[in-house]
Formats: sequence, structure tokens, C-alpha cells
Amino acid sequence: MSLALEGVGFTHANGERAVAGVSLTLAGGERVAVVGPSGAGKTTLLRVLGTSLKPGEGTVRVLDEDPWRLGASALRSLRARIGVVHQAPPIPPRLRLVTAVLAGRLGRWSAWQALASLASPRDVAGAHEALARLDLADRLFDRCDRLSGGQLQRVGIARVLYQQPDLLLADEPVSALDPTLADAAVGVLVAESEDRGATLVSSLHAVDLALKWFPRLVGMRAGAIVFDLPTHAVTSEMLRELYAAEGGVLPVQGIALGGAADAGTLAQAPLVAPLCR
Amino acid sequence: MRAPSAVGPPLRDPAAGRRVGLAVTAAILLWPLLVLAEFEPWRLFDASHLAVMAGFLGGFLPPVVTAEFLALLVRATLETLAIATAGIALAFVIAAPLAALATRSLSIARIGPGPGLRSGVALRTVVRGLLTLLRAIPEIVWALLFVRALGLGPGAGVLALAVTYGGMLGKVYAEILESGDTRPARALLEAGSSRLGAFFYALVPAAAQELASYTVYRWECAVRASVVMGFVGAGGLGQLMDQSMKMLNGGEASSVLLVFLGLVVVADLLSALIRRVLA
Amino acid sequence: MKRAAAGSTGASLPVRHDRRCVECMALAFGIGAAIVASFAYLAVDWRGLFSSESMRLMGRFTAEFFPPDLSPAFLGRAAWGALQTFAVATIGTLLAVVAGGLLALPAAGRFGTPARVAARFALNALRSVPELVWAAIMVIAAGLGPFAGTLALALHTSGVLGRLYAESLENAPRGPERALRDAGSAPVAAFAYATLPLVTAQGVAYALYRLEMNIRMAAVLGFVGAGGLGQMLYFHLSIFQQAQASTLLMAMLLLVFAVDALSGWARARLAPAYA
Repeated sequence: MSLALEGVGFTHANGERAVAGVSLTLAGGERVAVVGPSGAGKTTLLRVLGTSLKPGEGTVRVLDEDPWRLGASALRSLRARIGVVHQAPPIPPRLRLVTAVLAGRLGRWSAWQALASLASPRDVAGAHEALARLDLADRLFDRCDRLSGGQLQRVGIARVLYQQPDLLLADEPVSALDPTLADAAVGVLVAESEDRGATLVSSLHAVDLALKWFPRLVGMRAGAIVFDLPTHAVTSEMLRELYAAEGGVLPVQGIALGGAADAGTLAQAPLVAPLCR
Repeated sequence: MRAPSAVGPPLRDPAAGRRVGLAVTAAILLWPLLVLAEFEPWRLFDASHLAVMAGFLGGFLPPVVTAEFLALLVRATLETLAIATAGIALAFVIAAPLAALATRSLSIARIGPGPGLRSGVALRTVVRGLLTLLRAIPEIVWALLFVRALGLGPGAGVLALAVTYGGMLGKVYAEILESGDTRPARALLEAGSSRLGAFFYALVPAAAQELASYTVYRWECAVRASVVMGFVGAGGLGQLMDQSMKMLNGGEASSVLLVFLGLVVVADLLSALIRRVLA
Repeated sequence: MKRAAAGSTGASLPVRHDRRCVECMALAFGIGAAIVASFAYLAVDWRGLFSSESMRLMGRFTAEFFPPDLSPAFLGRAAWGALQTFAVATIGTLLAVVAGGLLALPAAGRFGTPARVAARFALNALRSVPELVWAAIMVIAAGLGPFAGTLALALHTSGVLGRLYAESLENAPRGPERALRDAGSAPVAAFAYATLPLVTAQGVAYALYRLEMNIRMAAVLGFVGAGGLGQMLYFHLSIFQQAQASTLLMAMLLLVFAVDALSGWARARLAPAYA
């Protein structure tokens, strides 16, 4: 299972060029973090990977298929194997958590199973387990509009976990979570990827989270990939240059580093400002 | 301040020409319209008309309240309510699937865009055209057609309501589904969900209240329309009033009118109550 | 946060109290019962609708609508009917704008509370009676023909527009008018210079929207003798001349589409005025 983007470019309808000349290859089961300032094209990249956008230039191969050559039902099956965690979870407020999480497997269920599950949720245990991994199991039957923004974001993650996809795409999945919860949530995503051998691509705003959890880092700026390196090879110089437009200040959450991060590298960077969350 | 120099040409209002032109055009168009509409207000004061009208209005009071007429009234009222309710129920059955077909929020081909975009657009255009066609012919015309085809009675009224209101509900449902937050539906479709799944898990929960609210409002309109359709033989209060007026029985007509006005008020209150519960 | 362990139950499931609102369930049940009761009460013989005999009859009835009568003579009469219907709707709406506007002033409370109550009652009475009933009454008062239809539309629509205009007037800010009054202006002039410009654009939009509705109604009022396409349609259908009826229906559709388009264009042009 692999991903391959070759010379991909996408221009919005208003002429704005979101990404240009992007090439990226991932093997199955790899974990990559995408970092960069706002407007760098991270979301567009993820949407192209998720077959949600058709690139104007270049070729795309997702899970060993060219999605835009497939017929409608094959494309649908492919999409059922891709799970996307959105920054703002697209969940109708009136739904209960159990239904919102179970909706993750709609790609696999038949129409009748889906309808029946609305009346009486068919896999309450499965939804419960997914929510338990994000510490929301006790809210199983509450309505989504009773949740805070951070809790809703965790429900979005739980839904993707329940989906059990082969490709996990996350667009700033922890932006509304406080540092401890954010760290734990990213850990859950990484654990899911390790357990099931799923490929994980996540854009993250907090660079320290990226450095801690991901063995490979892709830096994007102004729609192009600036570097694509194993994490230990990324220097604070490169990071500062990446965020040059934002004053060279690296957004971090200020959590204790460990694991794959090179604490020494970051320690050399004097211009580090904690995020105001 | 400078002393006023020689005065130039007087300033003209740029809007003057346009306004005069508009007024003249309106006057020119108004005259033939008045003629076509046979606008002759003096006919209201024509002696024979006044006499008939006076007799009719005079008979308005007191309204007829005999036991047998009241029984007729009750039956006619229940019939009107039944026609409206059954008609809206059928209209919903017609409108819901058509709206799901016509709405762009369930289009998978628009994601990307992917395969099948043109056939999707064609299908939606056809369905929208069908909905417009159902709506364009007034319900009373449908009622007349159904009466000719099926004979007098409430069945014609129910079908006429079902057809016209199906078109109206369908169009508004489709618009409501598109105007709300469509991201949940799109997200589900991008995760490989079927359109039915996306419809029930994402579109309907978000729009349920507005959909229900509009449907209840349309039921209220259907009550009034049922009365109107009675004039062409589709049963209910309208048919009763038509008969009374044809016999120039002012008393009966005013009874029916009073009951109708009361019914409208009750329907209005009921509709407001239901919409409050749904909120 | 915990890692998934295969087959673990973790914390016990919370109690499954399906807290779906009781009111909603009761409401749904009530509505369902009402629908079933309605069909039962009407006791329409739907089987009669689908019997082969009636299907054949309906099929023949529908088939007789095609081809429509497109002879030049009849097309001319249909066009005349359409113009008459358009005239009825337009004049009726114009009268309603004037009458509704006049009634809206007391209804908005400009002349004190008793006047307000009376005006609101009058407006409600006018709009509660359906146009067709008004038309039936006007036929008695003014005789058969399009004049009755015009009056009927005018009466009903003035109730509708009057209430909309009253609400617009109540929502309009009183500041500008008060300022002019304080500067010594006469009440009517202050109203015309200060409040009227604020509500005009919305008022015209409402009127155009009602015109669209009235075109449909004007076609229908002919059923009780108020002239235009409706009267012709009713006549030809009663003598079972389906081909002519078909032409008239198409004329009705064309008229409705044309007026809808015109009104939509006019309202779009007005839009910047109150953006």
C-alpha cells in the first residue's frame, strides 16, 4: 500500500494557486507530519491525497490506485479505505455521539444497515470502544451540540478510528485541544497506525508535536514542499526559515519532548514562542 | 469667498428624464390593462347588482345554525381537514425522494470532480424541471382535471394537493438541504458512504427542524386550499359554500364562512404549536 | 487515553437511556395517527382509481389533451385570455398596493390604538377569506367578468400587503422622521421624506412577489366567472373539449413563467437599493 504524488498542482477557481509541483512518495504504514505556516497548502495536499480534490496537474496514486481513472463504485470503495480527520469536525449538532461515531463505517454498510442503525445503533460496543480511546466513553448517548469544541474534535477522531481505514489523513486534528490532550490524541492516531499498519499523514500546527511523534517531516510553504526529511535531519534553522513569513517564530505547544525528537536541535533555537491556547 | 461669476447653464436633474419616461410608459401601459380588465367601478352601483347584493348580504345575518346544517358543517369541516392532511402526506411521499434526487449536496461526482458529473447534472435538471411543472399548474386546475377524470368528491382534492404541494415541498426541501451546512454530508461521501447514508446521517439531522417547520406551514396552506378546491366539486367546506352561494342563501354562506375563518385560526395555532415543539 | 486492546470492554457501558425527547415521539405518533385517520375518514375508493376500467378512462381523458388546438383563431383567443388574466392580476395588485398601504398606516399604530386594532382586524378579515370566495361574492356585486376577479384580488391582496407593509412600518426606525418633525415639518411630509424611502424598496418587492401569486390566482378565478384564461378553461372542460383546454393550460404555464421571470428580474434590479 503506498501513496505517490508526482508534480501535483492545484489552482482554485479564483485563480489562486494552492499547490504547485508537489511530489511525495510514501510506503504503506509510514507516518509523516506536514508542517508549515498558514496558507502553505497543507490542507489542499491532504484533500488531494483524500481524493476530495482532483489536481489540475500531475498524477496521483492513492493506495496503489489512480483514483481519477476509477469508475464510481470503485472510487467509493477506495474512499471507504481513507479516513480523514478534519480540523472542524463535520458532524451535525443534533446527532448523538454514538451515531456520529458509527457513521464512520457507512462506506462499508449497506443502505438498509445504515437506516436500521439510525433507529437502533447496531454496534454500540464498537462506538464505545472508539470513544473510550479518547476519554469520551461516558458521553456515548449525549448529543453533539452539548460538547465543547475540543470534545467535538475528539469525536471526529473517534469516528475515523472506528472506520479502521488503510490511510489516515489528519488536518490539524488537535487544534482545539489543550497540550496534554493534544499530545495524547496524536499518540492515539500514531498507535492506530502502528497497530494496523495504516499509513498516517497529519498536518500539525504545533511543531513540537510533529517532532515528537513522527519519524518523517515534510515542510511546506507557499504551495511547495520545502523539505522532506527524516525528523532527526531537520534542523531548527530549516524550521525557522520555513516559518520566516510568520517572523521566524515556531509554533509549539510547550509540552515535554521525548521519543524521536532531538531535544538538542530545538534547544538551539532561541526564538520559540508558546502558543496562546 | 469668491464673488459669483457668470452663471452657467441651469443644472438639470439627471433622473428627471428617466422618471418622466417611466411615468409615461406606465400610463400608456395602464390604459389598455384597465380596458382589458373591464375596470368599470360604476357597475358596483348598478341598481340590479345592488339589489341582489343587498339581499345576499342581508341574508348573511343571522347565520344559519339549524341542527341539520350544523351537522353538515361539522362533516364538511372534518372532510376539509382530512383532505388537507391526506394531501400533504401524499405530497411528502412525492417530494422527499424527488428532493433527494434534486439536491446538489448528495452529488458524489462533484467531489473532485469525479466520474459521472454530467449525468448527475442532467438528472438534477430533469428532476427540478419536473418539480417546477408540478408547481406551475394551480392546484385548483389539477382538482378540476381530477374531478373530470375521477368524478366529484374528496379524492380529486387529495390528489390535486398531493401533486401541486409535492412540487412545492420538493423544491423547498432541495433548497433547504443545500442551504444548510453541507460539510457533514460531503465528509461522509468522501469516506465512501452511500448517498442514502449521507442523506440520513448528515443532511436530515441538520435540516430536520427547518424541513418539518415548512411542512407544517404548508399543511396550514393546504387547509385553505382544500376549501378553495371544494368550489370545483372536491368536497369539504368549499363545496358546501359553493352550493349555498349558488342558491343565494346568505345565511348558510355566512355560517360556512365563519366556520372557515375559525378553522384557519385553529390551524394557525396548531401549526405554531407544532413548530415550537420541534424547535 | 487508552490503546485499543482486542476484545477489551474497558469501562462498563453507560446506562442506555435513550433520551429521545418524549414530546417528539408523542408528536410523531399524533401526526401518524392523524394521517391514517384522514385517509380512513375520506374512505375514498382508491381501488376504483386503479381498476382497469378507470385507468382506461383516465388514459383516454389524458390522450384527448394531445394534440392541443393550435389553430390561429383559437390561439388568438387564448392570447386575449392571457392578456386579460394579466390585466386582472396587475390592476388588482395595484389597487391592493394603494389600499394596503393606506390601511397599513393605522395598522402600524400611527393613529392610536383603537384605529390600530380596527385596521388589523380589517386586514385579517380581508386576507383570511380566500380569493375565490371573494370572487364568488364580487360576481354577485359586479356581475360576471374580469372586473369581479380584479376586485377579488384587490380585496384579498390588500389584506396581505397591508399586514406586510404595517410590519415594515413598525420595524422602520423612527429617528429620521422625528428629526424632521422636530424641525417643523408637517407630519405627512416628514413621513414621505423620512420613512417612506426606507420601506419603498421592500414594499415594491413584496408587491412583485404577490403579483406572481396573483397571476396564478387570476387564472383560477375564472372558474367562478371572473374572466380570462380561467373562465375559458372551465368552459371548455365542461363541454369536454380537451384539446382547447390543453392549449389554455399551456398558455397559463407560459404566462406564469413569463411573469415569474419578469418579477424576478425586477426584484434583482431593486436589490442594491436596500442592500
